[in-house]
Order: sequence, then structure tokens, then C-alpha cells
Amino acid sequence: MKLLFGSFLTILVAAALGLGATWFALTRGTAFGAVQIGAWSASPRSGSVDIDPYARAGIARTGQLPVGLGDGVAFLARNDDTGRPLDGRCDVVLRGTTPAARFWTLTLYDPAGRLVANSANRYGFTSQELVRAADGTFEIVAAPRARAGNWLPTGGAEHYVLMLRLYDTPVGVATGANREAPMPAVVARACT
Amino acid sequence: MIRWLMWLMGGIVLGGMVHLATVLALPTTATRDAYSRLAPMAAVNTVVPLPEPAPATALLPFTDPAFAAAVCRYDLTAAPLKLTAPVSQAYTSVSFYTRKGIAYYAINDRAAGRRVIELDLMTAEQHADMPEEEDVTAADRLIVESPTPTGLIVLKALAAEPGQMPAARRTLAAARCRPQPQ
Repeated sequence: MKLLFGSFLTILVAAALGLGATWFALTRGTAFGAVQIGAWSASPRSGSVDIDPYARAGIARTGQLPVGLGDGVAFLARNDDTGRPLDGRCDVVLRGTTPAARFWTLTLYDPAGRLVANSANRYGFTSQELVRAADGTFEIVAAPRARAGNWLPTGGAEHYVLMLRLYDTPVGVATGANREAPMPAVVARACT
Repeated sequence: MIRWLMWLMGGIVLGGMVHLATVLALPTTATRDAYSRLAPMAAVNTVVPLPEPAPATALLPFTDPAFAAAVCRYDLTAAPLKLTAPVSQAYTSVSFYTRKGIAYYAINDRAAGRRVIELDLMTAEQHADMPEEEDVTAADRLIVESPTPTGLIVLKALAAEPGQMPAARRTLAAARCRPQPQ
């Protein structure tokens, strides 16, 4: 009887732990060999055959096609610089510069990777569309209501993520330090 | 007490194995990966334009809306494939994915260095079977080896401003992928 209960406990613990860890890793995302710069993280290896098993399972589950390493690198921000999740009801300011690249695009998605509907039909910016300061830096305001300058509408979504993709860039697997790859600061301001 | 702890330890070890096994098995059992999602709309060995991503209609998650995109769902079992893609004014790239969505090769217009990106896609066996003299005479031919007999080629042309989108779509409409007569 003890043997039966014992093996039952073992199997229960194994199933709960194993499946729970898999679910957690795939929904929250893991970052092996990720480049973390401020609020932004990228895994350049995911765009090559050296992709890790977790990212491999992740793309199979979501149907996402990662940006190929010969094409570019994608940086994702789920939080602001203080670690709070990005909230579409608040004003969030992106300020600074981006690493060297021929082109880059910034896109706002919901956490599942869908575009967020808004009245302006704007889902992001390309490096060519931005209004910049004289020193080449820029400021983008992600906000539910229209703002002067580079306004990125959030559609009032509760949570969103930002993806900054660099195309034709020297940033890659070997990049690590902030100095090599200056990413814009992500600062949350007033909420409506 | 010790006995129960042993059972618990066994459960934790077994749980770790379950975790690793499920992570490794997931790609082979997934039915909603990119290839499966594109299969109903993309005929084999033809370039098919992808619809512009919109909030309601996202075929694949995290698609870049600044790009016009087209896909060639390839099958190399019968013959190698020849891909030709003209280059748009801003930025054009061609990315190759395996059946399971792993990006094994990508090239952009500047790396290709021409007005038209032109390359041959084949399996490792087909590459090995190629007559040697042909390999030499075609030294400037770009040959890409696919790790799997089926997969996806994604062609992208950047519209740096919304007004450039029609031109980017036209560029991709001229792209071709077709089996090579042997």
C-alpha cells in the first residue's frame, strides 16, 4: 500500500513539475544567450541554426518566424526601465538612439504578437519616418491619445510589447555591452 | 519520513525529465507552426504575397507591418529550386526557414550585391550529385543547402514610408521560385 501511494506521489510531482516548467518556460519566455540592454532583450542566435531548444519549441507553438541573422536582429521590450509592464493607458517615452543599422523599425504589439487597433492606423515607426532632434536623437511617445511629435498610439490596450528590429546591422551574437549597442530608454510617465 | 522524501526526490528528478522531453518533443508535434499556417494559402513552389498584417488578420504573430512580404513554400523532393528576387529601392531580404521554422540562412540586397537576388536552393544530396564542372563554371552562382526537403522562403521589401508600400509589393510580385529542370 505504501509503495502504491509512494509511486503515486512520485508521478504526481513529476507531472506537475515537468509540465508546469514547460508551460512556464514557453509562455514567459526564456532567454539563453540573450543580449539584455536596458529594457530591451534580443537573442540573435534564435535567427540561426544555433537556436536553443526553448526558443525552438516557442516558435513551433506560436508560429512566429524569427528574424534571420543575415537579415537583422529583433529587440523586445515587455517592461519599462524600472521593470513595470508597459501599460497602454499610460504615456511611455522612448528617448535616445539606436545601434548602427541601415534601417530599423519599431512596432507595438499586444503580448500575443498582434497589432493593436487604433484610430490613426499607425502600428509603429521606421527609421526614415521619425522626427529627430539636431543631434540625431529621437523621442517617441507611446500614449492612448494623440501627442505632438512622434506619437505611437497604444489603443488603450492594458498590456503591450515593443519590438525594435535592426536590419543590416553589425549587432549580433558577439554584441554584449551597452556601449556597443545604445538602445533608447523606456520611461513611463503619467497615466490617464 | 525518509522514505517519503525519497519518493519526492524521485518525483522531482522524473519531473525534470518530463520537462526536457516535452520541450524537445514540442516542435515535432506542433500543428500551428508557421509552415502549417501558411500551407492553406501558399501553393508549393510559387511566390505568394502575404496579406498586410492588420489588428484583426495576423497570419503569423510579430509580423513587421513596415514590410511587404511574400512566401515561397518549397518542396525539393523532385528537383532543386531557383529563386530570383528583384531588389526594391529601400531594403530587400530573403530568409530561409526549415519545415519547423528555424532560420538557417538569410541574405539582404547589399550582401547579394546585385539588382536581382539570384540563388539555387537544394538539399545536401542534390548538391553532392551536381556535376563537378558545373560547380566550377558557376562559381558566382549562389548555392544554398536546405537542411530539410520542405520549408519556407520569406521575401521582404521595406516600405520606409507608407507611400512606398505599393512599389514594395510590385517588386515582390516580380519574384519567382521554380523547380530547376535537370
